[in-house]
Amino acid sequence: MTMPITSPDLTLKEKARAAFSRLPVPAGVRFVAGRLVRAIPLLFAVVLFNFALLQLAPGDAAEVLAGESGSATAEYLADLKARFGLDQPVHVQLANYVWRLVQLDLGFSFRHNEPVLDLLLGRLPATLLLMISSVVLAVAVGALLGVLAASRVNSWRDNLISVFAMLSFATPVFWLGLMMIVLFSVNLGWLPSSGMASIAAGYTGIDAVLDVARHMVMPVVTLAMFYVAIYTRVMRAAMLEVFNQDYVTTARAKGLSQRRITWRHVVRNALLPLTTLLGVQIGTMLGGSVLVETVFSWPGLGRLAFEAVYQRDVNLLLGILLMCSVLVVVTNILVDLAYTRLDPRIRIR
Amino acid sequence: MNRTPKTSESLVISRLFATFARCAFAGALTIAAAAPAFAEEPPTNGGAITFALSPEPPFVLTSINTTLQMGIVGSKIMEPLMALGVDLEMRPVLATSWEISPDGLTYTFHLREGVTWHDGEPFTSADVQFTIMDVLKKLHPRGRSAFAKVTAVETPDEHTAILKLSEPAPPLLVALASGYEAPMTPKHVFGGTDIPANPAINQPIGTGPFVFKEWEKGNYILLEKNPDYWDAGKPHLDRIVFRIINDASARAAGLESGEIDIAGLSPVPLTDMVRLQDDPDLTITTDGYAYMSPFMLMEVNTRKPPLDDRRVRQAIAYAVNRDLMTKIVWMGYGKPATSPIPSPVEAFHAAEGTIPAYPYDTAKAEALLDEAGYPMKGGKRFSITIDPIPLGTDYVRTAEFIKQQLGKVGIDASIRSQDLPTFFKRVYTDYDFDIDSLYYGAFADPTQGVQRLFWSKSIQPGVVYSNPTGYANPEMDRLLEAAQSENDPEKRKALYLDMQALAMTDLSVIPLMETRFATIASAKLKNHTITADGVIGGSFADAYLIAD
Repeated sequence: MTMPITSPDLTLKEKARAAFSRLPVPAGVRFVAGRLVRAIPLLFAVVLFNFALLQLAPGDAAEVLAGESGSATAEYLADLKARFGLDQPVHVQLANYVWRLVQLDLGFSFRHNEPVLDLLLGRLPATLLLMISSVVLAVAVGALLGVLAASRVNSWRDNLISVFAMLSFATPVFWLGLMMIVLFSVNLGWLPSSGMASIAAGYTGIDAVLDVARHMVMPVVTLAMFYVAIYTRVMRAAMLEVFNQDYVTTARAKGLSQRRITWRHVVRNALLPLTTLLGVQIGTMLGGSVLVETVFSWPGLGRLAFEAVYQRDVNLLLGILLMCSVLVVVTNILVDLAYTRLDPRIRIR
Repeated sequence: MNRTPKTSESLVISRLFATFARCAFAGALTIAAAAPAFAEEPPTNGGAITFALSPEPPFVLTSINTTLQMGIVGSKIMEPLMALGVDLEMRPVLATSWEISPDGLTYTFHLREGVTWHDGEPFTSADVQFTIMDVLKKLHPRGRSAFAKVTAVETPDEHTAILKLSEPAPPLLVALASGYEAPMTPKHVFGGTDIPANPAINQPIGTGPFVFKEWEKGNYILLEKNPDYWDAGKPHLDRIVFRIINDASARAAGLESGEIDIAGLSPVPLTDMVRLQDDPDLTITTDGYAYMSPFMLMEVNTRKPPLDDRRVRQAIAYAVNRDLMTKIVWMGYGKPATSPIPSPVEAFHAAEGTIPAYPYDTAKAEALLDEAGYPMKGGKRFSITIDPIPLGTDYVRTAEFIKQQLGKVGIDASIRSQDLPTFFKRVYTDYDFDIDSLYYGAFADPTQGVQRLFWSKSIQPGVVYSNPTGYANPEMDRLLEAAQSENDPEKRKALYLDMQALAMTDLSVIPLMETRFATIASAKLKNHTITADGVIGGSFADAYLIAD
């Protein structure tokens, strides 16, 4: 292949990039679009990898279904396998899956007897409610405790907060959940032990909201606990680092009050590491929510994913994993955008 | 209120087979209606109950899938022709009476009049014909064999269905007498369609006391009272909510806090059972599992040494103290097993002393192992792996107990843990195991539940719960096949006694314990278990809540 004569110093890719940058689009939109386009091969790789991984797991959905029935005949199993498409060679199954995916069809869950997309959309609100509430709670409490701890280092307050953080970090999520159920549901009878709402209770308006809120308390607190610990520690460390910066000394020299320095100058900069951590963890939070959703019978995605593994519901699991990947990609973009708001020195290119 | 495990299963099954004998061989006989037994106080109407369910069934139609949890939901919506009471009689449900011809080749069912499906269509003999010929016989996992001899269902009028058989089939009535095993399925909904792909399996329609209302997947299934139920005045409950609660500790907490009114199939670990037994607000019963007759056993892979040696398998049977296992691991919720046909199946169960037995005896076990050529070297003879079925802690504890016991006679056992699909593949497809421990449903007739364990033709890789031991003995095959088609109940019993003697000699399967599943319910909920299939196949038409 010969190089183009007109511009020997530019590769095709660079020319494309140059052309793209001349388009009259705002930098933010260009940034987001570019990231999304680059995410496509990544998501495709995720699908391939997950598919291969699931093939390694012994057994299939038909055997699990037949096993749960407690009996089966060879004909019954053959029927099930043919219906689920499991009688096809693996590469044909993969090709079928990818072809459907290209048409934005996530396939059918034979286990739940429902299209995967319907299942995911049905469970997504419950998981988002749980995750967002927990994240908000964890960030708010974690950041606050971190600031409180850092503003009086090595005081009794700092030590108390550190002990609390270590304890909640070390407590297994499911155990904490169960203990809360024993205390608040079984013994005290204050809160419902499981579920997301009272079934067929006929609540409307504010009553329905309060009902869900009552059901949310324990799962949200349980899920948030673990992250509170991490955020507290990270926030404290970041605060201490920023306190040593020259501009803080300058601010002190200017005669600003300690309160104003802490909240106006230090916290804002100390939030950057927290934001990074948050971006990484929103993706993994789905993992933590598996336990919480199981313990509290919360009808969310985490439990759906967990059960799909045991039921070898490949279509469903691939759908969930794909959705998580999309979620991670989107959160990372949002986190990058958040950096520019928090720290004007960071710019989108 | 009963808090200790008790059994009336054996009585049920024996009385049942006495009924068969009368029906099939003593000539035509019409069985009259028997009213269900009620608790002393009159039932009160109203109220809703919550039933904890796990795992969530994929859909609800047990005429094509026999998942027990599906039965728990489906049996409240769809009804069978007859039911089998714990009060020991065949009870009419959708059939008011039935006759069996003296040659046992014609079964005539007289159907209840004025019964409608939940969508208003009348229930007729065409539905019976459709259910048996097009659904149970073609799609039901056990129905293919249970109804194999039914050649046609004639429908002379809307309320008469006549089954024609090619050969007598004594277990036929039992196969029809459960809302779990044989629910009548609406022809106008499913007729001419690909049933497993028909969306109606997600919104079941039946004739039963409760109407399907809504299903929020992963969360709950809601049923409401059928106001037009044929049995006027029933059901007593307004609503049943099936909550999907997959965590055993959460189920225990729900029962204790009163958020859950009932749960079946031993819903909490036995370690929690002790606490729940002492709760005055809860009742525990082991009734209602006779229909499936569950029992624990070890399947031994006879393909490779040292387990290919019968003496080694016998030594293992001697080495495991089944009484202690029942008491310690299962906390009394069981009975030590002595034969592969459990004692509730009294018509065929071999009494103690009539077949080889293996009472706990480590000296005999060690002698057999020495004789087989596996002497003790440094406190150990050989190593094997145990694969307990991954259905919860009770099964892991069972494997731990067996490991301890085998260690005492020099067999070094290690326990392998895996998930359920891996277990099924390992045991039933790859045959890559030494010994497993799990439970089987023996069912009321050995052809249904026990034959598959010993028959050489059941060695079918990939088919779960079907002879994984590799045991193939022509004499065993002859006995099983003869018993399968033997009309004379006495001769049939004799064949099964020989079969049990042979099974207990060769020990490809080591019976451990007859499981007593428990149903835990609020003390306020009455009449939830009044049939031999209990909460799995009972309709809850008679269930009610007593006022506070």
